[in-house]
Amino acid sequence: MRYLARRAALFLVTLWAALTVNFVIPRVMPGNEAQAVLATFRNVNPAALHALEIEFGVNVRQNVVVSYFEYLKNCLTGHFGVTAQGVPVLSEITSKLPWTLGLVGVTTVIAFVIGTLVGILSAWRRGGRLDAILPPALFIVSTIPVFFVGLLLIYLFSVKLSWLPLGSNYDIGSTPSLSLSFIWDVVDHALLPGLSLVIVTAGLWVYSMRNNMITTIAEDYVKTARAKGLSSWRVMLDYAARNAILPNLTGFAMQLGYVLGGAIVIEYLFSYPGLGYLFYTASTDHDLPLMQGLFLFYTVAVLVCVLLADLATAALDPRTRDA
Amino acid sequence: MEATGLTSDFQRRAPNRFLRAVIGNRKAAAGALILFVVAFAAAFPGLIAPDDPQAIIYAQNAGPSSAHLLGTTQLGQDVFSQLVWSTRLTLLVTVIVSAIATFISMIVGVTAAYVGGITDRVLTVLTDVFLILPVLPLLILLAAYLSPGITSLVIVLTITSWAFQARQLRSQGLSLRNRDFLVAARARGERSIYIILVEIVPTMTSLLAASFLALAVFEVGFAASLQFLGLGNSSQLMWGTMLYNAQQAAALESGNALWALAPGIAVAFLGAGFALTNYAFDEIGNPALRPVRRRRGRAAA
Repeated sequence: MRYLARRAALFLVTLWAALTVNFVIPRVMPGNEAQAVLATFRNVNPAALHALEIEFGVNVRQNVVVSYFEYLKNCLTGHFGVTAQGVPVLSEITSKLPWTLGLVGVTTVIAFVIGTLVGILSAWRRGGRLDAILPPALFIVSTIPVFFVGLLLIYLFSVKLSWLPLGSNYDIGSTPSLSLSFIWDVVDHALLPGLSLVIVTAGLWVYSMRNNMITTIAEDYVKTARAKGLSSWRVMLDYAARNAILPNLTGFAMQLGYVLGGAIVIEYLFSYPGLGYLFYTASTDHDLPLMQGLFLFYTVAVLVCVLLADLATAALDPRTRDA
Repeated sequence: MEATGLTSDFQRRAPNRFLRAVIGNRKAAAGALILFVVAFAAAFPGLIAPDDPQAIIYAQNAGPSSAHLLGTTQLGQDVFSQLVWSTRLTLLVTVIVSAIATFISMIVGVTAAYVGGITDRVLTVLTDVFLILPVLPLLILLAAYLSPGITSLVIVLTITSWAFQARQLRSQGLSLRNRDFLVAARARGERSIYIILVEIVPTMTSLLAASFLALAVFEVGFAASLQFLGLGNSSQLMWGTMLYNAQQAAALESGNALWALAPGIAVAFLGAGFALTNYAFDEIGNPALRPVRRRRGRAAA
């Protein structure tokens, strides 16, 4: 239980840190960026504008500490301010969320499965041909910036071969429906951005999985399983891999922030209208409330995943319970 | 004295053995070669590309030819010469950020490990928080408040990346804590700051070098990503700003693909150079990860 308590404490501290970052940045950065930006806000109701002024420290005559607590209260009650157009930040985020959730969710699972399998197999046949080629290759590929992979894929499949669309989430002409043709349209548009993310992120899991596997294979229970005459596959998957994957779960969740970052660049490159593209347009429009809201949202998303991974680890691994 | 003779012999040979390990390791050799090529281009760009990279004097959007190896930009600048001259700032930013971030993570990690107690706990939580905060969103947010340019780039990249190695340096510091030479230093009454900087840090040189390389791999990509998103100063020549300019001009779609692909390849090339060197460094430093020579005739596992 001490393990979970410690992880829950980290969750709260990080959440508080992210909220505080949003409050502190506008106040410590040089220049009057926040003031200039808020001055351009039109059609915003006075209450919402006042909340923004507190968050950004513009036109406030009260003590900073008072502002800080008022700001925290606003955030905890779900008031994240409004965008430059006067739309609530939260509804702007939830309207774009499904596209990013679909893209990042599916590609992350695929990349995790590929990376983990390669890690398992290359550790099992350590020194073999697969081990000599795939892990280093995936590692090198994972260091290539994701936008370059995207650029290459666009060049090959959209410009040269004209097989797949250049960007966007579905054809301009089509209307969203549950028909097979529309679903195919969506998949067609998600293929290249998704492939770029898979190519770059699969390598992230290979090394930790391979190294965990190598230490696990040396354990006595794996030797026992082999001595019992169990099939090689069974020993590899049910005995060694099952235990080796545990430490990887939290790593998987921690990497989510990195994957979400990659998704921002990819959504921009493919004009894919999810959260990443929203973040990009917010940054070119200098829509600070929207950017800060998105930053907070990303942090919470990573935190929730880390917490879920911790819960899973605690449930699956008895060693963490009394640690 | 047999023992001292051996030690001095060992010490004399150590750099030599290291050099041999680097040359003997194919990944290290490839990485070092890439880094050498990039460093040479950064130091003497004029020797490779005599054309002025900023001069707008050539035909616009020209294809590759012997006069313009990679064609020209939409405005009529030589792409090859831009690529070569961009090396300098790109490498400089990467090296500066990686060095500062390694230094900060070293101070944080070693201080946490050596001082212990409440300091350790505060620094560890701080590190964990920075590890969880999503890097690119934080980068973009910070960049929004600063005027685009090299200084801003260095500042935001350093703030967001120091935490990556702090944890590892802390655990290394912990393992040293009760070694005899530190106990002796404490008994001499040395101050903590002296012990950390003069006694502990020099023993960590290889780990620091590995941290530097691991950071550099990511800084190359992050810097380029930020500039690609338009958060750089597009008049300063770097590979990321070249990519941004090419993307703004829709170079890929309008038949001038080399303008967009060349700086992308350069970024990947430099990243691979750092990654290969780092990978080899791990193998040299940690024998457990060295590739096992496959013994023929071994019973199939």
